[in-house]
Amino acid sequence: MPKREDIEKILIIGSGPIIISQACEFDYSGTQACKALKSEGYKVVLLNSNPATIMTDPEFADSTYIEPITVEVLEKIIQQEKPQACLPTLGGQTALNVAFSASKKGIFKKYNVELIGANEEAIAKAEDRKLFKQAMESAGIGLPKSKVVYSLEEAKSALKDIGLPCVIRPAFTLGGTGGGIAFNEEEFEQIVELGLKLSLIKEVLIEEAVLGWKEYELEVMRDKNDNVVIICSIENFDPMGIHTGDSITVAPAQTLTDQEYQMMRTLAIKAIRAIGVETGGSNIQFAVNPSDGRIVIIEMNPRVSRSSALASKATGFPIAKIAAKLAVGYSLEEIPNDITKETPASFEPTIDYCVVKVPRWAFEKFPGAEPVLTTSMKSVGEVMAIGRTFKEALQKALRGLEIGKNGLESVIDERRYKVQPQEVEAEVKAKLLTPNPQRIFYIGDAFRLGFSVEEVYQLTKIDRWFLSNIKEIIDFESSLKLYRGLDPRTLRKAKELGFSDIQIARILNINPAKISSFREKHSISPVYKFVDTCAGEFQAYTPYYYSTYEYEEEVFSNRKKKVIILGGGPNRIGQGIEFDYCCVHASFALGEEGLLSIMVNCNPETVSTDYDTSDRLYFEPITLEDVLNIIRKENPLGVILQFGGQTPLNLALGLEKAGVKILGTQASSIDLAEDREKFKKLLHRLGLKQAPSGIAYSFYEAKKIAKELGFPVMVRPSYVLGGRAMEIVYEEEVLERFIREAILASPNQPILIDKFLEDAIEVDVDMIGDGVNFVIGGILEHIEEAGVHSGDSAMCLPPYSLPDSMIEKIRKATYSLAKELKIVGLMNIQYAVKNEELFVLEVNPRASRTIPFVSKSIGVPLAKLATKVMLGRSLRELGFTEEIIPAYTCVKESVFPFNRFTGIDIILGPEMKSTGEVMGIDESFAKAYLKSQISAGQFLPKKGRVFISVKNSDKRAIVFIAKGLRDLGFEILATEGTGKVLKSNGIPCLVLPKVSEGRPNILDYIKDKKVNLIINTPSGRIPRQDEIKIRSEAVKHEIPCITTISGAQASLSAIEVFRREDFQVKPIQIYHKEVSK
Amino acid sequence: MKKACLLLEDGFYQEGLSLGAEGETIGEVVFNTSLTGYQEILTDPSYKGQIVCMTYPLIGNYGINSQDVESSQLQVEGFIIKEKSKIYSNWQAEKSLEEYLKENNIVGIEGVDTRAITKHLRVKGSMRGIISTTDFNLESLKEKLEKSPSIVGRDLVKEVFNNQVYEWEQPLISEFNPLISPQGKAVVIDCGVKFSILRNLKVYFEKVIVTPPVISLEKILEFQPQGILFSNGPGDPEPVSYAIDLAKKIIANLEKEKLNLGVMGICLGHQILGLALGAKTYKLKFGHHGGNHPVKDLRTGKIDITSQNHNFCVDSQSLPEDIEITHINLYDNTPEGMAHKKLPLFSVQFHPEAGPGPFDARYIFGRFKEICLREKT
Repeated sequence: MPKREDIEKILIIGSGPIIISQACEFDYSGTQACKALKSEGYKVVLLNSNPATIMTDPEFADSTYIEPITVEVLEKIIQQEKPQACLPTLGGQTALNVAFSASKKGIFKKYNVELIGANEEAIAKAEDRKLFKQAMESAGIGLPKSKVVYSLEEAKSALKDIGLPCVIRPAFTLGGTGGGIAFNEEEFEQIVELGLKLSLIKEVLIEEAVLGWKEYELEVMRDKNDNVVIICSIENFDPMGIHTGDSITVAPAQTLTDQEYQMMRTLAIKAIRAIGVETGGSNIQFAVNPSDGRIVIIEMNPRVSRSSALASKATGFPIAKIAAKLAVGYSLEEIPNDITKETPASFEPTIDYCVVKVPRWAFEKFPGAEPVLTTSMKSVGEVMAIGRTFKEALQKALRGLEIGKNGLESVIDERRYKVQPQEVEAEVKAKLLTPNPQRIFYIGDAFRLGFSVEEVYQLTKIDRWFLSNIKEIIDFESSLKLYRGLDPRTLRKAKELGFSDIQIARILNINPAKISSFREKHSISPVYKFVDTCAGEFQAYTPYYYSTYEYEEEVFSNRKKKVIILGGGPNRIGQGIEFDYCCVHASFALGEEGLLSIMVNCNPETVSTDYDTSDRLYFEPITLEDVLNIIRKENPLGVILQFGGQTPLNLALGLEKAGVKILGTQASSIDLAEDREKFKKLLHRLGLKQAPSGIAYSFYEAKKIAKELGFPVMVRPSYVLGGRAMEIVYEEEVLERFIREAILASPNQPILIDKFLEDAIEVDVDMIGDGVNFVIGGILEHIEEAGVHSGDSAMCLPPYSLPDSMIEKIRKATYSLAKELKIVGLMNIQYAVKNEELFVLEVNPRASRTIPFVSKSIGVPLAKLATKVMLGRSLRELGFTEEIIPAYTCVKESVFPFNRFTGIDIILGPEMKSTGEVMGIDESFAKAYLKSQISAGQFLPKKGRVFISVKNSDKRAIVFIAKGLRDLGFEILATEGTGKVLKSNGIPCLVLPKVSEGRPNILDYIKDKKVNLIINTPSGRIPRQDEIKIRSEAVKHEIPCITTISGAQASLSAIEVFRREDFQVKPIQIYHKEVSK
Repeated sequence: MKKACLLLEDGFYQEGLSLGAEGETIGEVVFNTSLTGYQEILTDPSYKGQIVCMTYPLIGNYGINSQDVESSQLQVEGFIIKEKSKIYSNWQAEKSLEEYLKENNIVGIEGVDTRAITKHLRVKGSMRGIISTTDFNLESLKEKLEKSPSIVGRDLVKEVFNNQVYEWEQPLISEFNPLISPQGKAVVIDCGVKFSILRNLKVYFEKVIVTPPVISLEKILEFQPQGILFSNGPGDPEPVSYAIDLAKKIIANLEKEKLNLGVMGICLGHQILGLALGAKTYKLKFGHHGGNHPVKDLRTGKIDITSQNHNFCVDSQSLPEDIEITHINLYDNTPEGMAHKKLPLFSVQFHPEAGPGPFDARYIFGRFKEICLREKT
């Protein structure tokens, strides 16, 4: 039975901004779905608020709505587009939740739209813990003991049966938000209360803690003929108790007998049938008692997930693409397996390698958040590695993380261990006992200190099989240490165990270059093998490779001219989907230019690591050694580094030394932009201003410089990137502390001190050049003032408040810089405007985070053009010669993970904290800003109460905003200081007592949801504890909280429009037509 | 660690490390793509005469236990893997793979590029190979290989079947067995039967009697069975003439309505029934060995993911008109099951008993019971 002919148009819902637990994997799945459905001849309508996605590129759907993902918007789109079906299973929990709410409101029924993939009933059964439990019980599938509760009282009585420790899981939340494990009654009450608040349906499950049990996941697919296949089994390295998104995971399962595995497989099939997912993929989690093999089901996602993206990359089976085809009526046997061509998709992939995924965290960005792992996911990215053994794959993954480790290296200080062995041992034990981001490294160290597998097992409950493998790595390392000189056999063995050249060099205490030349001399180099879904049983046609130290090479020779694109590695704060978007565009451009595109990346979430994206995919860590190995094999024309963020740029020097041609802007120009002194001279020559600055090597020097520049100053250690450890300093005392810490952390490294331009307006400019001609892609005015990291600011294109004369000045400066740097490809410049003066903050001769946003705004794929330019085409040839200034307004807003780190302050600063972005487009700034806020989850109120508390320097500016809100009918609450100013300006308000001084205070209002908006700017550099409390409580209770005056101003105008009229939705394809008019 | 080497008939050579017993072994080299189930594979009598190369690289992880066996001894001629686990980790495990192989004197090799071997066999077809930990001289290894018999035309069944008639007592332990009440009697013609077949049958039949294949029909009928099952077994079906003759006799009696019972064949048993019905069999290039093959039931459209282990195949063109192909393999469209249009006889090429492999097709034993008991009434 082929596809359904009664459907013409299908609405796909995306997952919105990148947040913790919902990242690029849903762009990967959504893009596959759009492609699959379009190729079947369906009209595709897409809703996604995230502009940094490939799926929202205008080619991937017939109508692309970059609009807020809400029920209201969904209804508007349905009215406008009249689709016959809606596919909600490829856009993560966001899509599933919005579709579920819309379905409950009867919207699909009203417009005669069919939910395909999973219907309302199936979603409810999988997501509602009570219904899930019933369904599993009636299918004879074992569960942990549990009870569903709706209030704290019910929870307390349930606890009597279940006992402590127990797990608390709120229904309908993302990635386990609000869930946790309680070990005592106080904790229990806290978590239950929070869970009840966060749950969409105010429902929480109290469950027997299966802590320390082994955790497994199966990726299951079902077609309409009720044929079910398992795509992949995944075994969590970390046992139950840590969210699977925060666990190291391994595919396939390693420690189950066939009987046990087949039993689990059978349970999974029963589960998908019991839940009633009609077609598509589901992820099912199980726990296994290590002492008797008892299997219980934990949960099921009736949709594609992060794990299904991982499973797709791990096996070569494209789950999302197949899910989309199944949803429109195909059966598994009717769909061919892309990789083998001859065999159908109705089979179970089998693999002949081991896959390891390791998460990457960003706790350093959130001071105050405890770096401890629980059932609530906190990682921001992940890396996957493939090897022929677990040991090889694990070490590849660890070096792919880019956290300064070249493999399973030590995290303890050897010198300290010699002096204080007991203390260090105790520390290691503590780190093994409580799961944390560095636990894997501490396991290695435990073995280095002589712990046995059994001792480590007792502390971690990580399966002994994994521990024993890690011990083998460490044992080999110790034997290597005793070694004098190198011999080919030992080196080969080291490489087979996944050791990198640098890691070996460190162990042997020699220069890494010696290792690589020794390897070359003895031809110890990796071979590349296929990921082929079938363990070699059939011929593979899709060149998806991984490296390993084995005998047979499988790379096809191809005489076509090749270009290698280096991807961005694991997502992290500051480097995420935006860069993957650019890499994918580079790949498309290479294809259009008739070149063979080769992608290198190790992030399993991304579109770039879809084997369908490039002509060849190497799933490898992005280190100099791994990249050079590939270059030697492929001998490409050149390598593109501009698009993968800082990761590939860090390799520029090494690649150049190795004689590799780097496409685009020359290294000398990159150096010119990155070397402070050279850059200073360049600006001077061009007559451009820079904030005055200096370099200090001691506190004395720093003090002197700061005095000359005048406080406030921006300080940072020179060795860090991406705003890490940057601080704005207002006084000498703080400066002293900062310098002391910086020097302690890294002696002999200079400290950079810039005059901080307070209250300046920041501007980002993205431009493209072919070395001769240069065109501005977009000028983006920041909404938050200078001092907030550009990755965290909201931005507006075109500028909404800058005078034309200043914009002209910016243009001129940009062109003169581009000319001087002979930019070939992309460049991003950050400016600050203060008192009508223009300052250059920094120049990045590469793709910036804003490229996808600008491309979507102006309707020109800048990264694609930039690639072509790097290959020698001129902008004239490509038809992009003039800056496009849209008649509409586009606003980019950032999205933050504050709800994951309860209790931390949400104030923005020079350290980037956002994980993702959304875009609002409309005819005016106010409307576009409003949309961006809704998309970002800041639900600005139309009426109600607003609480205002601002620092002294903001008091003058707040008067106008308060007046505006008052005129719109808002009731105003204020703190004493702010209230006094407002009252004396004739604005009536209710003054609330300070949090510590009386009640009801603002915290009571927040908890009772009696306040609808909070405007609170920080009082000083070190915010007062009560302020932090107010802001973090606001986040917890989902009350929009604005922390800057500029943000408040923009919000006021948005609320004004919001009250006046309902907003309209429009696809970007139409906006882009308007632009070209 | 002791060195070992592998040489294939066509000169393909790799060195690795000794696994299990030291010495030398010769057999037909086949690859198996199952991720788990090495213990079942090692003990599966169908592997008699064969050296198995596991495509999954990490073997031995969950050790060896006393339950997951398919016969009372190890059956493979040799074992080829990428990496042997240094420890085993599973609550049921009693010993390591290494100990198990050593105790049972099985010669193996580890540390070789099993993917390269697999691809070689895929392209060139299965062939004989020799594993040695004692002889590394290519010429002498080659000579030994050339002297060894080919698997085609060789009766391997006689090397594996149990000469005793015995009753199987132990049913499959599974929490999914619906409340089936076992009824009737089945006789299993042991051509190298896997215990999983017997365990599955015992769920449906009250009595399961196992007999050797060299037996007269009269003797079988003394047990008054409602069903006769021709089991799996190793190698080429053609030389197993005694079993084919027995099957012919049963079919003839069914045709003459002298017999009132159901007949089923699994794997080699399926091929034997095919030959008895007058069809031909042929050798597949590299066989089917794994746990992920999609098999479609042509009558229901249902697809099962099945366990497979065979090198020979019934030629569907050569089947008489009375026989209907009921199942096909969706990988290569080879026949995977057949049924007699008039008689209560059917057979499957795949392994509904799993062990190792998915449980999808276990219901087939229920179908067997149905036709057996239907015939009775």
